[in-house]
Amino acid sequence: MTLDTVKHAEQTPDTPLPWAELGLKPDEYERIVEILGRRPTGAELAMYSVMWSEHCSYKSSKVHLKQFGEKAPQSDAMLVGIGENAGVVDVGQGYAVTFKVESHNHPSYVEPYQGAATGVGGIVRDILAMGARPVAVMDPLRFGAADHPDTKRVLPGVVAGIGGYGNCLGLPNIGGEVVFDSCYQGNPLVNALCVGVMKHEDIHLAKASGTGNKVILYGARTGGDGIGGVSVLASETFEAAGDSASGRGKTAKRPAVQVGDPFQEKLLIECTLEIFREKLVVGIQDLGGAGLSCATSELASAGSGGMRVELDTVPLRDATLSPEEILMSESQERMCAVVEPQHVNRFMEICEKWDVIATVIGEVTDGDRLEIFWHGEQIVDVPPRTVAHEGPVYQRPYARPEWQDTLQADDAAKLPRPASGDELRAAVLRLIGSPNQASKAWVTDQYDRFVLGNTVLSQPEDAGLIRIDEESGLGVAVATDGNGRYAKLDPYTGAQLALAEAYRNVAATGARPLAVTDCLNFGSPEDPSAMWQFAEACRGLADGCLALGTPVTGGNVSFYNQTGDVAIHPTPVVGVLGVIDDVTRRTPIAFAEEGQLIYLLGETREEFGGSAWSQVEHDHLGGLPPAVDLEREKLLAEILIAGSRDGMIDAAHDLSDGGLVQALVESCLKGGKGARIVIPDTASDSGSAAGDPFVTLFSESAGRAVVAVPRSEELRFTDMCGARGLPATRIGVIDGDALAVQGEFTIPLDELREVFEGALPALLG
Amino acid sequence: MARVVVDVMLKPEILDPQGQAVQRALPRLGFDGISGVRQGKRFELEVEGPVDEAALTRIHTMAETFLANTVIEDFIVKVES
Amino acid sequence: MSTRIGVVTFPGTLDDRDALRAVRIAGAEPVSLWHRDKSLKQVDAVVLPGGFSYGDYLRAGAISRFSPIMELIIAGAKEGLPVLGICNGFQVLTESHLLPGAMLRNNHLHFICRDQKLRVENANTAWTCDYTAGDEISIPLKNIDGRYTADERTLDQLEAEGRVAFRYVGMNPNGSLRDIAGITNEAGNVVGLMPHPEHAVEPLVGTGRTDGLGFFTSILKRLISA
Repeated sequence: MTLDTVKHAEQTPDTPLPWAELGLKPDEYERIVEILGRRPTGAELAMYSVMWSEHCSYKSSKVHLKQFGEKAPQSDAMLVGIGENAGVVDVGQGYAVTFKVESHNHPSYVEPYQGAATGVGGIVRDILAMGARPVAVMDPLRFGAADHPDTKRVLPGVVAGIGGYGNCLGLPNIGGEVVFDSCYQGNPLVNALCVGVMKHEDIHLAKASGTGNKVILYGARTGGDGIGGVSVLASETFEAAGDSASGRGKTAKRPAVQVGDPFQEKLLIECTLEIFREKLVVGIQDLGGAGLSCATSELASAGSGGMRVELDTVPLRDATLSPEEILMSESQERMCAVVEPQHVNRFMEICEKWDVIATVIGEVTDGDRLEIFWHGEQIVDVPPRTVAHEGPVYQRPYARPEWQDTLQADDAAKLPRPASGDELRAAVLRLIGSPNQASKAWVTDQYDRFVLGNTVLSQPEDAGLIRIDEESGLGVAVATDGNGRYAKLDPYTGAQLALAEAYRNVAATGARPLAVTDCLNFGSPEDPSAMWQFAEACRGLADGCLALGTPVTGGNVSFYNQTGDVAIHPTPVVGVLGVIDDVTRRTPIAFAEEGQLIYLLGETREEFGGSAWSQVEHDHLGGLPPAVDLEREKLLAEILIAGSRDGMIDAAHDLSDGGLVQALVESCLKGGKGARIVIPDTASDSGSAAGDPFVTLFSESAGRAVVAVPRSEELRFTDMCGARGLPATRIGVIDGDALAVQGEFTIPLDELREVFEGALPALLG
Repeated sequence: MARVVVDVMLKPEILDPQGQAVQRALPRLGFDGISGVRQGKRFELEVEGPVDEAALTRIHTMAETFLANTVIEDFIVKVES
Repeated sequence: MSTRIGVVTFPGTLDDRDALRAVRIAGAEPVSLWHRDKSLKQVDAVVLPGGFSYGDYLRAGAISRFSPIMELIIAGAKEGLPVLGICNGFQVLTESHLLPGAMLRNNHLHFICRDQKLRVENANTAWTCDYTAGDEISIPLKNIDGRYTADERTLDQLEAEGRVAFRYVGMNPNGSLRDIAGITNEAGNVVGLMPHPEHAVEPLVGTGRTDGLGFFTSILKRLISA
């Protein structure tokens, strides 16, 4: 069978190509022909089709994501911004931290274990490619209803996959989320975040420069993983059309599921870090989605010259792969480096030491083309920027859905409320025993949180906190948050609430928030309603980041999370990174010392739209989400950080879903101590809800936290809050072995623990 | 090239929770009448040269010292045509 | 001359840096050993740390056991070289037949990571002499193949000779026979256990307790007094 070479393409201009099957639109295909001045070869078509896909090109989201750059707050901390594998932030003492969250939603639905595992692997390689040692991971997860049979298939597989891969890499898993909602049935969200640390001078970028420098592919062999889509190039239709782009004919469809090998990835990490230490690479890129197509075109596009690749030198796991399939393969655990010729030998020695296969597959040229050869014949000749960075950009139509008004008018304030102490008590137990509000230990106990020996705080704390310098005690905190229910009610506010919560969670540990990463999970961009949700969420997040002074450093968009016409709740997941100069000053959530005073910081209003209470008690979603006041969030964060640093608070817990009572239960159980709580009366300044026990305990007003203050520090702490204008209301004391709300109810810790910790094991076995 | 198969199974007295998990799942999936499941490992060895007595002795030693842990596992060596 | 304690890194070892740190905090000199090394670099004792050496493919510890450095360690251990195997290191020791028994998949089939309470049953080994028999300590446990098993005769023998070094207290986290968390050889120089003392040597990180430091101060004391 003939190979579809560049020459062959020139000679057979009229050969029909399966561009539509590969997901290209007619005008997109025409543009490729225009760029090349001829029809593309099968290999070129494969590259363009995958690189111009929504996943790789961000063609629907780009126009909205621009705001993250345009509205970015002035920040001295930003070392590398959006556009690289991950953003890099200066955290002081010569250290730089890189972090990013990404989605692996659809693969995790198809094959939960491998989908989630390779999601971890992919984000870890992104961080590694920046020059950093990966030091921690966390996983924001969303599943369908907890009692749905498919959740019992998806969740255990996802959790085992994250654990199986991450534990085997030796990366502590320090946080994340587990959320259940029937809107995610059939579209679970499996997001993965990784944090890496390096010295400033070790930052690496994905670019190929220096004519004559070698392009080295190293790591796992290339197999037929994840190329289901491209197999159409080898399909009968295409053969029947009178051509053979693939040279392999009517073979079985390749597996669309990628299989991960964490052991190989661990070797790849250690090998790559040793290569970095010896300063052997000019540029580096990991191989993720779109495999070699992406890595070669992005490296060449970002560099100064062109690139020539001998594709037949790529080590294969399956010798029957066609050139198109090799270009598309998403086999895991591979990296691509650009190395000066004099360093190639040493590079190979280090790979040999770690049993990592490495092959020179090409070199940087002085031209401006990406040229790929197969046994001496040219099959690709393209300007790399047109593949990697100059893909199509769409202004998708968007419109506020007509049901939005009806949804917002369906106010949660009208829902029946508990009227007595006994009813309140029962409502508390139902809340903390509900799948979303119960302990997530069933999940997080399957992750190693101790490895590397630097984990200061991990789940169920407000944020994960790791030490990055043993001498000075410098550390970083990371939290991720997102609330699809809030975002459904109002995507602009919902995105800001996600940001505000993650920001607050980081500050609650005593760390100063510095930067943001986001994973934007939405429905189809071709649906104007979903597109409106996306546009609003981007606008809200960009405005919020500007107000809080925390720039977005990178992230990921996941569209098409929908089944038929039904999309998931819009779910912007926001990760915030903060720095703490001395980890010994960190603040945990646990109420540990009897006699310490419990203060509620911030104002409580009647805010139940999208609340956990409205979901658990009434299966209701309507009204407006809690109001956002970002100036208040900043003030609260300053108080929490100062209180932590100066030893004025011994525990802090942010208030979010489930409200005050949820936070109290968690802090009591973590510390093994009870609390006596008095509902503040109307004379206090704690907000319009004062005096109403139900509103005080269950409202989800933003900008609040609960703290434990040693008696000796009370005056100093309240003076500070008073001087800065932050409402601080004394609501009780750490005491006994029950949560007692005066005049309303008492629940022994044992009972709380049984309900809180027993819920997920009862559901998941 | 001939193929030699080494089947490695947990010894009968060793608890096999993976096999038990499979067995528990069977009725749920509508497969009745299975009273026990044990899960094992199968190694397919592509042997260069003839599979004679010497080769089989080597494979036996390999299985005994490496492929199986005879503290907990038994093994069987089979020649496939 | 300071006491040199080696920590072996196999491909896939994860807790090597933690073990090196624990050695340093205890006051000894940490020495990195690589699985292909043909010398033990004059170390006075060796720690085989946790992880998934060779991905735990085949069986946990089964491939590492054949590393060049293991030949030296096996020979050394038989001559009295103190060796501590933690988690994957314990699995390597049983695969090497330096310790009896074997580790199987946890009875609940999940990876489990938790603070685990243990009782020190034998405080006479090279790695436990800074504890008192009966001490209860809390250190992290994290594994998926942690269920200790051996035949009844071996178990009876271990019990009779006082070679059960650690037992799980409160709850048995994985179905280990007779709640065994760790054992020692007859001479007391080779000790293996599933939980991780190296993650419990600083007050701030890990469990926030320092209950694991005693392993490393024990060996230091033993080597200095020797």
